[in-house]
Amino acid sequence: MRTPALDLPVRLLEVRVRTGAVAILDGITMMLEAGAPTVLVGPNGAGKTTLLRVAMGLIRPTSGLITWGGREICPPTRRAIMFQRPAMLRRSAAGNIRYALAAAGVPRAKRDARIAQLIADVGLKGLEHRPARRLSGGEQQRLALARALARDPDLLFLDEPTASLDPAATNAIEDIVRNVTARGVKVVMSTHDLGQANRLAGEIVLLHRGRLIESGPAAEFFASPRTEQTRKFIAGELLV
Amino acid sequence: MLNRRLLIASVTLGAALFAAPVAQAQDKSIIVASTTSTRDSGLFEYLLPKFKAKTGITVKVVAQGTGKALDTGRRCDADVLFVHAKAAEEKFVKEGYGGPRHPVMYNDFVVVGPKSDPAGIKGMKDVGKALVTLMNKKADFISRGDNSGTNKAELRLWKASGVNIDKQKGPWYKAIGQGMGATLNAAAASNGYTLTDRATWIHFKNKQNLVIEVEGDKRLFNQYGVFLVNPKRCPHVKVDLGQAFINYLISPEGQTVIKGYKVDGQELFYPDANDPNA
Amino acid sequence: MPDDTSALQLVLSGDPTLFAIVRLSLFMSLSAVLFATLIGVPFGALLALTRFPGRETAIVVANALMGLPPVVVGLAIYLLLSRSGPLGFLGLLFTVQAMIIAQAVLVTPIIAALARQTIEDLWAEYRDEMAAMNIGPLQRVVTLIWDARFSLVTSLLAGFGRAAAEVGAIIIVGGNIDGFTRTMTTAIALETSKGDLPLAIGLGMILIAIVIVINALAWVARRVGERYAG
Ligand SMILES: Nc1ncnc2c1ncn2[C@@H]1O[C@H](COP(=O)(O)OP(=O)(O)OP(=O)(O)O)[C@@H](O)[C@H]1O
Ligand SMILES: [Mg+2]
Repeated sequence: MRTPALDLPVRLLEVRVRTGAVAILDGITMMLEAGAPTVLVGPNGAGKTTLLRVAMGLIRPTSGLITWGGREICPPTRRAIMFQRPAMLRRSAAGNIRYALAAAGVPRAKRDARIAQLIADVGLKGLEHRPARRLSGGEQQRLALARALARDPDLLFLDEPTASLDPAATNAIEDIVRNVTARGVKVVMSTHDLGQANRLAGEIVLLHRGRLIESGPAAEFFASPRTEQTRKFIAGELLV
Repeated sequence: MLNRRLLIASVTLGAALFAAPVAQAQDKSIIVASTTSTRDSGLFEYLLPKFKAKTGITVKVVAQGTGKALDTGRRCDADVLFVHAKAAEEKFVKEGYGGPRHPVMYNDFVVVGPKSDPAGIKGMKDVGKALVTLMNKKADFISRGDNSGTNKAELRLWKASGVNIDKQKGPWYKAIGQGMGATLNAAAASNGYTLTDRATWIHFKNKQNLVIEVEGDKRLFNQYGVFLVNPKRCPHVKVDLGQAFINYLISPEGQTVIKGYKVDGQELFYPDANDPNA
Repeated sequence: MPDDTSALQLVLSGDPTLFAIVRLSLFMSLSAVLFATLIGVPFGALLALTRFPGRETAIVVANALMGLPPVVVGLAIYLLLSRSGPLGFLGLLFTVQAMIIAQAVLVTPIIAALARQTIEDLWAEYRDEMAAMNIGPLQRVVTLIWDARFSLVTSLLAGFGRAAAEVGAIIIVGGNIDGFTRTMTTAIALETSKGDLPLAIGLGMILIAIVIVINALAWVARRVGERYAG
């Protein structure tokens, strides 16, 4: 199998991100370890996207500490992220993946085969030559996933990867998550689909207003929530 | 990658394009700073091909006002000056910027104005009297005001008529700071009077209502001179080629060519290289 | 050029002098745009992608320089290239190269300012993805310029339009020498000064037609390109 992931574990210690007076993340302490996916849940604006960006290394915490495999500075060579609203490069679908492969240092000769494989994996066969910007929302999301996978990451962040996908595509993506996990890739994702969280998660993390409310194994999280807020969240009630 | 190839291609292309005219510039050519009125007369288009056929030398004429042409010479940016402002030329030569000066030819100035002639100067034999009349009647007068040879001639004429134009000018006197053609355009558009050399006048296409009002006064004669820019001050001056052009202009052959240049059957320039006072 | 023919007749009869003038005009303007592009686009990218003290000032200055008065540029370059000026040893005054330099100076700020805007807008879009893909600064610039190429064409056209229409600077540094540095615009200025307004207008119409054709070609190229590249 793969070499042990150098970026793991990711440790966050009292991580705070603020813009002006507002704290977007407020003292998050947690650890992302190899193994089953970590799933972030929480209402809109809870801070899920921000937390994923911090863990990816795209945002520096205002205060607190984050380390990847014990290192404070660690360029994202073995990490990849699929954004909630991915930007399509002005190229064809295949061109987008090719760009990601080139950026990841995949030799020219191997790129075509990898592109074909990734296109097939995310179910975009036949759309390789379509300009990426003219793909549908769901197709763009799948292309973004293929682009993230092209980096062959040890640590894969997915921000609501199935938010605008049809049921079949959702299943396909969940399969991909299971497959890469089986290959030893650590997936950290956010979702509003609690069923999906339950299906995929090893660990679930509930965020609310930038604070970590509760985290734990999926089964425990759903069966015996430790806080009132978690119970309400699962029940679909408004959090205050 | 594609973009890298494209970049290299365009840089190469650019360098090639840029280099092409450089190679072309190596041939036998000189730069002659002359006046707009000489160019507008069409003389060069008639004379230069004959000179080139004889000597193989290409003459590149940069037409400017006489003041600017002299300045171009002073800055060493021309090989030969071919202008018409005798006093300024002699000063230029005396200051060591070039020379010696050779008289080549003269033409004459005429006062043109609207056919209706509101100031009533038509047919006057004394240009001084005509100008004073224009001033007294406050008739619109367009001056080039560009320090050109024609402009200098005009100012000289005012002075000779006893008018201090700087002090006595009013709104009727419009110095527009442009070439002869533009000045004629302005006169035609505003029914004004102006002073022009005859050559430009004959060539000028947009006469509209303008006609010649005053001509033939001796003071209206316009002498052309030619001289080399001083190679001691300006080492780049092509002495041999430039001197060849000067020699041609003042040679019997060149003088005959100048005399032979006619527009609408009218002789425009009168060669006078042999007149030591010209 | 013969005097008693209209511009249309000149075109129809394939007048070689006229074609030489048109060819020189195109050569000059396209070369100027080429050099201005090679300088302006990277400079625009630099302004778009880097943060340095004085950057805002540089952007304001670049935008203001879009309106650089041609006569002033012409005069400055004239003084530089004059034999008695600092670059006089190059012997470039009254040559096509001098005109290309003057036009490149006029066009570079236009291309730089428009390229900066284009590249900055695209970067706002690409920024996160590029950070996530760990793209280095140089590759970032190359990618943004390449992906913005169809929009950048518009700024090149703006530059070409200015170069092709310009007369004030090139008449000073080129000298409007018959057969050497006479372009469409300086020829128009000359014919106007000779009072040959019909010929001047005819030349002007040819110039406008050429600018329209080039813009149309660029537009078609852009449409076709965008269809395939998105
Ligand atoms: N750059 C920013 N400037 C100001 N506020 C920001 C910024 N980025 C995020 N926020 C705010 O921080 C909060 C958390 O945002 P974030 O995108 O992390 O939420 P989320 O949990 O991903 O929400 P959603 O489920 O809607 O995607 C929101 O209130 C958002 O408005
Ligand atoms: Mg989000």
